[in-house]
Amino acid sequence: MFSLRYVHRTALALAVATMTVPAVIAPATAADEVNVYSYRQPSLIQPLFEAFTGATGVKVNLVSADKGLIERLQQEGANSPADLLFTVDIGRLNDARLAGVTQAVKTDALIEGIASQFHDPDGHWYGLTLRARLAYVSKDRVAAADAPKTYEELADPKWRGRICTRSGSHDYQVALTAAYIAHHGEAGAETWLRGVKANLARKPQGNDRAQVKAIKEGVCDIALGNSYYYGLMLDNPDQKAWAEAVTPVFLTFEGQGTHVNLSGVSLTRAAPNRANAIRLMEYLISDEAQKLYAALNYEYPIISGVDRAPFLVAMGDLKADELPLARVAEHRAEALKLIDKVAYNE
Amino acid sequence: MTSITDDLTANEGVAISPRRRFTAWRVGALGVALAVSMPVVAIAWLALFPRENIWPHLAATVLPRYLANTALLMLGNGICVLVIGTGTAWLVTMCRFPGRRLFAWALLLPLAMPAYIVAFVYTDLLEYAGPVQGALRALFGWQSARDYTFPEIRSLGGAVFVMSFVLYPYVYLLGRAAFQEQSSCALEVSRTLGRGAWRTFVSVALPLARPALAVGTTLALMETLADFGTVDFFAVNTLTLGVFNVWLNMGNAGGAAQIALVMLGAVLLLVALERASRHKQRHFAMTTRYRPHAGFTLTGWRSAGAFVACALPILIGFALPAAILLDYAIRFFALSWSGAYLEHARNSLSLSATAAVVAVTVAAFIAYGRRLAGGPVLAVTSRLAGAGYAIPGTVLAIGVIVPFAAFDNGLDALMRAQFGVSTGLLLSGTVAAIIFAYVVRFLAVALGAVEASLGRIRPTMDMAARSLGVGPAGILRRVHLPLIRGSLLAAAIIVFVDCMKELPATLILRPFNFDTLATQVYQFASTEQLEYSALAALTIVAAGIVPVILLSHAVGGARADGDRR
Repeated sequence: MFSLRYVHRTALALAVATMTVPAVIAPATAADEVNVYSYRQPSLIQPLFEAFTGATGVKVNLVSADKGLIERLQQEGANSPADLLFTVDIGRLNDARLAGVTQAVKTDALIEGIASQFHDPDGHWYGLTLRARLAYVSKDRVAAADAPKTYEELADPKWRGRICTRSGSHDYQVALTAAYIAHHGEAGAETWLRGVKANLARKPQGNDRAQVKAIKEGVCDIALGNSYYYGLMLDNPDQKAWAEAVTPVFLTFEGQGTHVNLSGVSLTRAAPNRANAIRLMEYLISDEAQKLYAALNYEYPIISGVDRAPFLVAMGDLKADELPLARVAEHRAEALKLIDKVAYNE
Repeated sequence: MTSITDDLTANEGVAISPRRRFTAWRVGALGVALAVSMPVVAIAWLALFPRENIWPHLAATVLPRYLANTALLMLGNGICVLVIGTGTAWLVTMCRFPGRRLFAWALLLPLAMPAYIVAFVYTDLLEYAGPVQGALRALFGWQSARDYTFPEIRSLGGAVFVMSFVLYPYVYLLGRAAFQEQSSCALEVSRTLGRGAWRTFVSVALPLARPALAVGTTLALMETLADFGTVDFFAVNTLTLGVFNVWLNMGNAGGAAQIALVMLGAVLLLVALERASRHKQRHFAMTTRYRPHAGFTLTGWRSAGAFVACALPILIGFALPAAILLDYAIRFFALSWSGAYLEHARNSLSLSATAAVVAVTVAAFIAYGRRLAGGPVLAVTSRLAGAGYAIPGTVLAIGVIVPFAAFDNGLDALMRAQFGVSTGLLLSGTVAAIIFAYVVRFLAVALGAVEASLGRIRPTMDMAARSLGVGPAGILRRVHLPLIRGSLLAAAIIVFVDCMKELPATLILRPFNFDTLATQVYQFASTEQLEYSALAALTIVAAGIVPVILLSHAVGGARADGDRR
């Protein structure tokens, strides 16, 4: 009987496979380690962790996921093995604090190194790098002189059918909307968002790079995107042509600066390897690490005094909005509801 | 839910002696079912404590759109998988045309394709910069996107297209087994009473196969509902996206759990309606004589039509995306082939195999417990135990973390209080949590298959064995297990393939420094660099193909063994 022979063989194979499940039973708690939960892409932070291990001998263990890590910390409670939580958005850092999974920490290096608008006043989170939210403008179809200069101008009807963005509910768009609320109030932000929505060339979709690609394809003329994608696309042979079709423009709020967001870190409440965790936090704002961030991912340094990478200098002057990011985070809930209210994603 | 073939298990008919005699079985089955339903219960518990009441805001803004999109997606996918699955199952089982034997197993291949990977591949192919539109532009001299209209792949229609061509095998697989088990006698009676081939199909074969087709369609619809990757990528704003928006962006896990439960309720209602409409219909094989069906021989355009109808789903759901992945995998082989790749493959294989064995064992235990000593409590619990299938993996992962962490922290507190020793987190953050999540997520598949198969064994067999002095465990071991071995294998294989593809729960629950093939593919694909992980993606597919072929043989074998029933 043909099939039964397979039954036996497969059962045997399954049994053998079962026994080879790796024995990952005890979470790492040895002395010279630090455990990280990260919302960030592993490929972007692994090189920094390797450099840290090289410099200090402390091993970094990593779990990365784009969802659910705050909840995991919450449930694991005081016994959680995690020491640090990495995120890529101010909203997520604030959520972690509200969820009660972080602890306050203040060291001279952190407080003095990072400008006050880029860390939590109580020390529950610290920014590690900055990224600006830019306009990518078509070289072919928008003359340099006509390109928008401010976020406010994006609602101007002259751009009807010419703007592309990713989903309005994505962290980066939400933070921009929240910053707009902080500057102009909720009613002002609603008018603006309706205007931008009316100017969209297509339903919001894809990530930031996909918007630049859409400009290359002629779908739209202006896209919103984070600053580091420009460098990353130029480095990627398949995406170089997209980046070459656009000019990055540092939009500002009228009379203010450019909206920036940050990637950041929090010390968890449990933090079994507290000392090593703080070492890693301080290492990440060292000159060496900050240069590495810029070299690997074209992010702006969070500390002043570090030379900006030549590429970032060539991209243009970043004058960051001085609004404290903690205030942006406060308006997050309103921003999310506003995005639903104007049906931005339809 | 367990499956909609519950009523085939004919609990009432099998309880040949007073139920209390099987207390141990009932308590055991109940215990296992309760353990597996813990995550769903945990989600229900979360739903009791929302950060704020989300419904007024949602109802006033996006809820109508979410509902409409979800309903359309379910309807579209439901119709497509039913038509494709049933049609191809009927053709390869009952008709004779060139290529039939090949199609019989090849039609299962799309089962090995993760929907999110197919979505990536078709987007590459059909978007503006892709080769299809590029060729059209070159052909007609169009300059830009404004010169012509082309169907947008990132749309509701695109999602139905992608999902139905990878989900139809659920219907095909179960439908084919059902058609094969229909003795030609019933069909011949229909023919002698003057019905043609077509009307025999509609009025005899279809109603007989209905429970199986309904199970397959339900599985496909539950997968549709639980899917996040595809709808997110295609920007189709469904309830599932709503769950994530409320949870992740609004930081309201309770509110998100409420939406997830409403969705689950809708599925259970659908299933209940289908069951109610088949009230008390029950088909046992009434004759022990089985004669394979000779088949309708197709010729001319009918034969060509059947060939195309079977070839198309394989081409769209498997061959084309697999060829593109293969191309990437070969071109980027040097980058992808590494020690890390081997480790990820080993992790994927061992996790999935373990979960498959555990899931089928649990399913057999629960199903047999119900057969011996059914009853409303066990019925409800086992349905709850299977409900994980309709819950998005990410939400389910949180449901797994809650009881695991509660157990670990409770034990730790106890040990500290009693012995002054801290045990820390014993199970949370280990592979045990992932395996448990897989079992919860895919138990419905195993339970459906086992119950359906157990239900076809006539109660008189149990009675005969009992009268010969064999106890319940002995009946299971000596009578039932040998009879349902093929179905158990089929169930284990489907669970295995599903686990290989599982992504969101793995991401959240995994231990430190732990990756699987699926997490690897995701990490590259999310930075639009699918090429670099094509080898891993292809491995997932290949690991799915081998069991799929075995499965096809097993189903084919069941037909030859049909006379034993």
